[in-house]
Amino acid sequence: MAKTATHAPAEHPGINDDIGEELRLRLYRTQFKLREAEQRAFDLFLQNLVKGTSHLSLGQEAVAAGFAVAMQPGDLSFCTYRGHAHTLARGVPIEQVLGELMQRDNGLMRGKGGSMHLTSVERGVMGSYAIVGAHLPIACGAAWRAQYKGQKDVSVCFFGDGTTNIGAFHEALNFAAVWKLPVIFVCENNFYMEYTPISEVTAVAHPAADRAAAYGLERIVIDGNDADVVYRTASSAYQKARAGLGPSLIECLTYRHSGHSRADPAKYRPDGELEKWKERDPIKIYRERLRQFGIGEDAIRAIETDVKRRVDAATETCKAAPPPALDILTTDVYADGGFAWRN
Amino acid sequence: MAELTYRDAVARGIAQEMARDPDVVFLGEDVAKAGGVFKATVGLLEQFGPLRVRDTPISEQAILGAAMGAAMTGLKPIAEIMFSDFFAVCFDYIANEFGKSRYMTNGQVKCPLVVRTGNGAGSRFGAQHSQSVENWCMMIPGLKVVAPSTPRDVIGLLAAAVRDPDPVIFFEHKSLYPTKGEVPDGEIVDTLGTAKIVRGGGDATILALALMVPRAVQAADKLKAEHGIDCEVVDVRSLVPLDTQTILGSVARTHRLFTVEENPRLCGWGAEIVSIVADEAFYDLDGPPVRITTPHIPLPAADILEDLALPSVERIAERVRRSLAS
Repeated sequence: MAKTATHAPAEHPGINDDIGEELRLRLYRTQFKLREAEQRAFDLFLQNLVKGTSHLSLGQEAVAAGFAVAMQPGDLSFCTYRGHAHTLARGVPIEQVLGELMQRDNGLMRGKGGSMHLTSVERGVMGSYAIVGAHLPIACGAAWRAQYKGQKDVSVCFFGDGTTNIGAFHEALNFAAVWKLPVIFVCENNFYMEYTPISEVTAVAHPAADRAAAYGLERIVIDGNDADVVYRTASSAYQKARAGLGPSLIECLTYRHSGHSRADPAKYRPDGELEKWKERDPIKIYRERLRQFGIGEDAIRAIETDVKRRVDAATETCKAAPPPALDILTTDVYADGGFAWRN
Repeated sequence: MAELTYRDAVARGIAQEMARDPDVVFLGEDVAKAGGVFKATVGLLEQFGPLRVRDTPISEQAILGAAMGAAMTGLKPIAEIMFSDFFAVCFDYIANEFGKSRYMTNGQVKCPLVVRTGNGAGSRFGAQHSQSVENWCMMIPGLKVVAPSTPRDVIGLLAAAVRDPDPVIFFEHKSLYPTKGEVPDGEIVDTLGTAKIVRGGGDATILALALMVPRAVQAADKLKAEHGIDCEVVDVRSLVPLDTQTILGSVARTHRLFTVEENPRLCGWGAEIVSIVADEAFYDLDGPPVRITTPHIPLPAADILEDLALPSVERIAERVRRSLAS
């Protein structure tokens, strides 16, 4: 086991014994949906049906599910290029996400954005940003609007460990803290930036949490592979934000099962590291959790079968969908719908 | 009608829009309590309060990012970047975020914001606080780019920018802040994408922007007085959208084209206009179009060097005279 990828601390109790069965099943269904859809995206890539790049969240499903399930309608998500999971977790239909990855007309943005820019304003997914760190200040602005207008929604900004060393991260944290904005910064620390371990290029052990004190924020590190821990931490951060008590910075320890992007076989990882983390696979952890709470194997299977059926159906829908109409090439550059820059 | 400085016109323009629409908010470094380093936003904090007029840390990325997030979710922010040279430290928002968000989300994300900035030379501040960078922004799809030359245009174009549904980069010229002009009473709202013929003439068309407009007018007056050459001066005002019809119309009458640009020569805004005229009005021309620009250099601090770098009244007049004589 490399020292770069230690397991999450056991200091946080993992079990939400008070959330009730319905929520618990939602947490599982959401994670399982993300797993199946991401796995399908990878399979479709191997068949050359997903074009361009893609950054999968396989292994990181508990973070997306925990935060999304704890959200209220109207809360806003800001994602990175690794945004499929967060987009799906907000309830965006699977075929719209796969359709975008497959560059079809039924895609979320009809193929104009692609994998790295999934956006569904209707569902509160305010964009996926492919410039590292860019969306942290943007989330601050959305939170500022809520504060200014007295609205109760919270803006949640997801990013990777690599983001913690870029200027916009620090500007945004200070800005949010000074203005007491209702924004939550969620660092998914999967221990690698792209190829380089984050520990090799960062002055502190916990790239996000160890910076919190510099902005007067609480140091929070959690097990990002346990959806119950994530859900509980998220809920208290939402509560704090809605109460006008300002931002939170939460570092979730997790691990991506695949490489950085589709071009990366992740050969830089020490032998055995992936296997070790797979023992703490969030899906596996949560499936066992359901069993502990007395939920029967049949009920769990029913969820899994239903999700697989939906992913299959979405795949078929996308395969049958046409490519984007060519006339959208020049639409929506300006608000008048077109791209005219002169008369 | 009252005489107003360009500087006071900025505050009046912002106030006009903030009074009209509670969704208009204003943020930037030293803009509230201090009233701006150029004193262009004095009184706004007192008039509109600390929730709408906000001082920020020296965090240009946070300023522009926050403006964008606010714009995407329903506000109409005006953000100030103190010196336009500082665009380089927050250029991601200008180059990658504002103008691309609508397109790549297939129209879902809207970004109705204004970035005001102090542009241009004349203050002897040296290379990092003096450059004219309007051409940096002109080349980015999805942005609109405006640069007023008079107090009246400051108010009218700022109002148009705030009311525009697209992101607008609003270049104020630092050397114009103390200049004065007549401004009508009451609300002023102009139209983006409209150039203005500020001096009529039949012998040549001179296009200019911001600080170069008064210089072009003075040069035209000098040419008329000393050589009987009658130049038409067009204040381009808006680089995007670009009012090519007014420009082409003027060239069709005068048959000669000159641009007066403060930006460094390479890829300056005049190059694009010359290319349009060459494409579409070549046979209207009686001679080659001429670009009068700052050389391709960083700007020096010393006054005699800075003055030498920028197109001056004498240089503009001499260049036009020489071209028309040949």
